[in-house]
This record gives sequence, C-alpha cells and structure tokens, in this order.
Amino acid sequence: MYFYTYDGSFEGLLTVVFEAFERKAWPTAIAQEQVAQPVIFGETIVVVTDEEKAQRVWKGLGKRLSEAALHQLYHTYLWEQQGFEQIIFDYIKLAFNSAQTIEGNYTAPCVLQVQQAAKQVHREKHRMEAFVRFQKTTDELYYAHIEPDFNVLPLIIRHFTKRYADQRWAIYDTRRCYGAFYDLQSTQFITLDVAPRKGLGVLPESAVMEEEHTYKQLWQVYFDHVNIPERKNPKLHLRHIPKRYWKYLSEKQPRRLA
Amino acid sequence: MNEKITEKLKILADAAKYDVSCSSSGGKRKNTNKGLGNAEGMGICHSYTEDGRCVSLLKILLTNHCIYDCAYCVTRKSNDIKRAAFTVQEVVDLTINFYRRNYIEGLFLSSGIFSNPDYTMERLVRIAKKLRQEEKFNGYIHLKTIPGASDELIKEAGLYADRLSVNIELPSEQSLVKLAPEKNYTEILLPMSNISQQLVQAKEEQKLFKSAPSFAPAGQSTQLIVGASAENDQQILQLSSDLYKNYSLKRVYYSGYVPVSADNRLPIITEPPIIRENRIYQADWLMRFYGFDVKEILDDQNPHLDLDIDPKLSWALRNRHVFPVELNTADYEMILRVPGIGVKSAKKIVSARRFAALNFEHLRQMGVVLKRAKYFITCNHKSLQPYDFDSQRIRNKILFGDGALRSPLLTQQLDLFKQVG
Ligand code: SF4
Repeated sequence: MYFYTYDGSFEGLLTVVFEAFERKAWPTAIAQEQVAQPVIFGETIVVVTDEEKAQRVWKGLGKRLSEAALHQLYHTYLWEQQGFEQIIFDYIKLAFNSAQTIEGNYTAPCVLQVQQAAKQVHREKHRMEAFVRFQKTTDELYYAHIEPDFNVLPLIIRHFTKRYADQRWAIYDTRRCYGAFYDLQSTQFITLDVAPRKGLGVLPESAVMEEEHTYKQLWQVYFDHVNIPERKNPKLHLRHIPKRYWKYLSEKQPRRLA
Repeated sequence: MNEKITEKLKILADAAKYDVSCSSSGGKRKNTNKGLGNAEGMGICHSYTEDGRCVSLLKILLTNHCIYDCAYCVTRKSNDIKRAAFTVQEVVDLTINFYRRNYIEGLFLSSGIFSNPDYTMERLVRIAKKLRQEEKFNGYIHLKTIPGASDELIKEAGLYADRLSVNIELPSEQSLVKLAPEKNYTEILLPMSNISQQLVQAKEEQKLFKSAPSFAPAGQSTQLIVGASAENDQQILQLSSDLYKNYSLKRVYYSGYVPVSADNRLPIITEPPIIRENRIYQADWLMRFYGFDVKEILDDQNPHLDLDIDPKLSWALRNRHVFPVELNTADYEMILRVPGIGVKSAKKIVSARRFAALNFEHLRQMGVVLKRAKYFITCNHKSLQPYDFDSQRIRNKILFGDGALRSPLLTQQLDLFKQVG
C-alpha cells in the first residue's frame, strides 16, 4: 500500500504520476501534505514537486490525448472534489497503458468521471463569466468578488482579458484567497493581505464611484421591466439561477428607495 | 436627469420585452482594436427573468411613438399609454456602462415608427455606428429593421450590427391585412431577401479579400406571434421551414401572444399559449438539429402539435415500424430520432460503442435517460420492455407513469425553454 502526498499543485500531482510509474508502485491514495493523515500500514511517499518530471508526464500525455482531453484533465484538477487525484491518476495510467486512444471510452469509469467533473467545472466557469458584476471604484478599477464552487479563476481570465481590454479590472476569489488583476497590459494573479472569509463581503461605500449606484439602479429597473408577469415561472427561473448565485447579482439585491 | 432616464428605461424596456429574441450567439467580432468587448462565439445569459427567459442584451425601443396601428402591439397608435424616446447618446451611454459592469453582451435595439420609416431607421443606424466607431465597442449589436426603411439604410445597418431582424409577426398575408393594415408581406419579405443576398455576397467577398467588410456576421432572424391569429401549427412550421431554406435565416422565434389589450380585432384569450409555443419550439428544434422535415412532423391529417407529448415522441408513435433501434449498430441519425435521446447522449453512445458492446448499465452511467427511450430501443438485442405495447399504451405509460394518474400538463415541465434564446 502506497500513500502519496504532494503540495497540492497540478505540477505536484503530475510529479506523483511520474514517481509512481518510476517505482511501479501504484497509489492506494493521493493527498495534499497539509491534510494527509498519518498511516499505520503501508508506506507514505512524500513527493517533492519537480517541474521537469511534471513536464515529461504532460508531454507524454500530449502524444496520446487531444487538446480537449488535456483540458478536461486540468479541469478535473480544478474540480477539487474528494478523490480527484485518484481519478486523474487512473485516467493517465489508462492512457499510457492503452494502445489506442481512450477518449470517448465512457465504459471506463475514470474516463466517464473525468468527463463529468470537467463538465461541472465548465458549467461553473460559464456561470462566473455570466454572473460576475463589476463595481467601479474611485480609482477607476472595475472590481468583483467571487467564491465559486470549483477553482475556476484560472479558467475565466482569458475571457475577461479579451473582453475588457480597455479597462482596469480585478476579480478576487474570497474563498481561495487569490485574484486576477488586469492593468491594461496583461493579467496577473494577485493575493491580498486579508483573511479568508465566508461570504462575499461588500466594498466600503467610500471606495465606489457615485455613478455606481446610478447604474446599479438602472440595471435593477431594467431587470424589473423586461419581465412578463403573465409568464411567471419560478421553477424555471430557479433552475437557471440557483439561489446560491444570487449574491453576485445586483438585480437580485434589495431596491434602494429613490 | 437620472429620474428622466429611469422613467424612459421603464417605458422602453417594457415595450420591447415582447420581442422574445435575446440571443447573442453566432457573432464573430473579435476585440482586435484594444477596445471594449468581444462578441465571438456563444453568447452569455447574464441573468434570467422571473419567467425564466435569458437576459443577454439590453433590449429596448428607441421610442414607443408609432404612426402605425398593429392590433397585437402595445405600442400601436391607438393604445393609450405613456410615450417616451431616448436620445442617441442616452442609448450609447447605457449600453457602454452596462457592458463595462458585465451586465450584458450588448444591445438589441428596435423602435416604433416615429415620423417615417427612414427617419427612424437612420437613428438606429447612427447609434450602432457611434458605438462601433467612437466607443470602439465590439460587443453584440442586434438591430431590428424598420418595415419600409430604404435599402441603403438597411445595408448600412449590416455594417455595424451583428444581427439584423425583420419581424414577420403574423404567419399569413390574410392575418397581416386584418391585424396590421399599414404593413404588407412584400414590404417584409423584400428586405429579408435583400439581407440574405447581402449575407451571401459579404461572405464571398471575404473569401477573396480578407479585409472586405463583414455584413451582420450573426445572420438574420425573425419572430412569429403564435395565437393572435388563426393559423394552425402546420402553417406556422411550414412558413418557418421555408424561411430557413429560402432566406437562410439563423433563427425563427415564436412568441406566444400575451394579451396586451382588448383590441376587437383579436381573439379573446386570458393566458399566453405557453405550452403550444413550447411545442412549436421543439418542432423547430427537430427541423434544425435532428434532421426532420416539416412534413414528418405535421401533415394535413395532423395539422396540430400534440400538446401533451413532445413532437419527437409523437412522430415515433406514428412510425413504430422503424423501431426498435439497436443502439450498438444504428446510424447516429437514427439514434437521434429516438424519443428522449438528445444530441449529447447520441454522441456519447456512438463514441462509447467503439470500445465495448453497450449494455443498459453503460447507458445509465453515461446519463442517458431511458424513461421514454426504453420503448424504442434495444441494447445488445436486449430490451427493457418484455411486451410489445401498442402506441396508445406507450403514450399513456409515458404520460401517467406505470400506475399513478397525474395530469400530463402538470408533469410536463417546459424543459425546452432553456434551449430557447
Ligand atoms: S409598426 Fe411596430 S411598433 Fe408600430 S404598432 Fe406596428 S408592430 Fe408596433
């Protein structure tokens, strides 16, 4: 029985794959160092992230998998749900051990699981791209908080960078304590010196532009008036925007009396 | 100042909401000028109204003053309502500021006819031009062309807009004469065919010269009102089918008539025909993505869509001789025709069966829903249905379950709405 631990990075996980193949010691479990439980039986192998080894695994996969499948694998990493490391490991092992491509082989559990995890992550990515609401701060920065179910910030950057090329913006993941910042040239990851928190929090009144209230109110007015009351369908409404996303949406916040 | 804008927005959003299209997909406009926005690929729904429709664009009228008197329209001249008009700059400011905050994908601008068609159209074009040229805006712009506007203006509109639409609204000439006396079919169909020619021409030119200007890259669409006039489903879908074929339309939208007032030219209804509208969308879907011909969906014997069951199931029950379909060997096109199996499931099946002979457990794990499909398929020559039921029995079993008696219309949620838009 082999228990692998790694530092939580994607490269770290690929290094685990490298080490396991090197030793032919297939993992019983893979866990992040900070959360790994000491084991009584079996051997714990502490893997130190090695860029070069990770690269070799990734390149090897590149020869066997399409771009789309590699994306799905990375999405599964960002999925962060119980057991994702093992799923990724099984998938990679199957890919290396099969003569033909494994893509589309939904009869293999790990292929199906990767497909399903990637789908969930993709959906969350799409929701964040839709539901982020920027507020313009007094220093002309368009700012938004998020706390997505899965770690999709790395995936949404491209979209926002392309779209908002002429405005400074930042999106901060308050749960995972890091963000992305675009300075009109390029987008970088940033961390702010604030404690992790639950809930999105609000920007202090003094930090946002006065016009922010105007546009928020106009947007609320618009939202109220595109509705057709005769067609009300709360069930359908909730399926499209589950309650847990309402916190992002200015149109779902209480109306300020003018 | 703010109150004035707020008031206008209330009136002009209210008046625009019966145009159901809110799609922002199919654009090809990239942000290459380091400007604002990007309208490549799939559009995004940034919110949903309480009736479950996608909110993707700022959808407003420039003005709800109108010189015409179409019976089905809230904006019609004879209706006693508050009137308002935005200035060009006001529309530009709203669009840009909503877009910067990630509220919208762009603008859908339409208008009542103020003074005369060209006067109105000219203003719509001016707004689009200003957004593109002065604001370097690359978001999505959908312009509704004003019936009767000149060719040149429509041509110019296509240079700035991603999509153009000419709303037909009424599915037959007869109804048009009765309900929209100032309009006529030629006036509607002529610009449609002009636009479709322009679309083709621009595409050809772009093949030759990369720098040739694009023309409404997301194509053209139209809307038909369902339930304000007497046409049956067959007439409506036949018209759509012709429009897709002859005018290369991207989309036909259907709007279940919402009784906006008591105009005595209209039938008296109290509720919008939502289920009928939904069935028509499903049938439209079958024509566009499932390879069905309109004649397979409806014919002279069956001119109405069944409200209780979806049109694919309806077709399958009338064509039992082509079933059961063996999922391990059937063509993709045939698998698509199995009730309850959609494009995604069909693709998965075709992909997975290259690796192993599929059984029902595989299907379940892949998330293929068998509730309806099970009556029409075999998997490895096995069936989940030991008995050969007749069509009527299958229909009842699907509608009411194996025992319980429920109202079919209650249990049928309007699932297809999520695909509309
Ligand atoms: S022309 Fe258009 S806005 Fe005017 S009444 Fe007819 S449908 Fe309504």
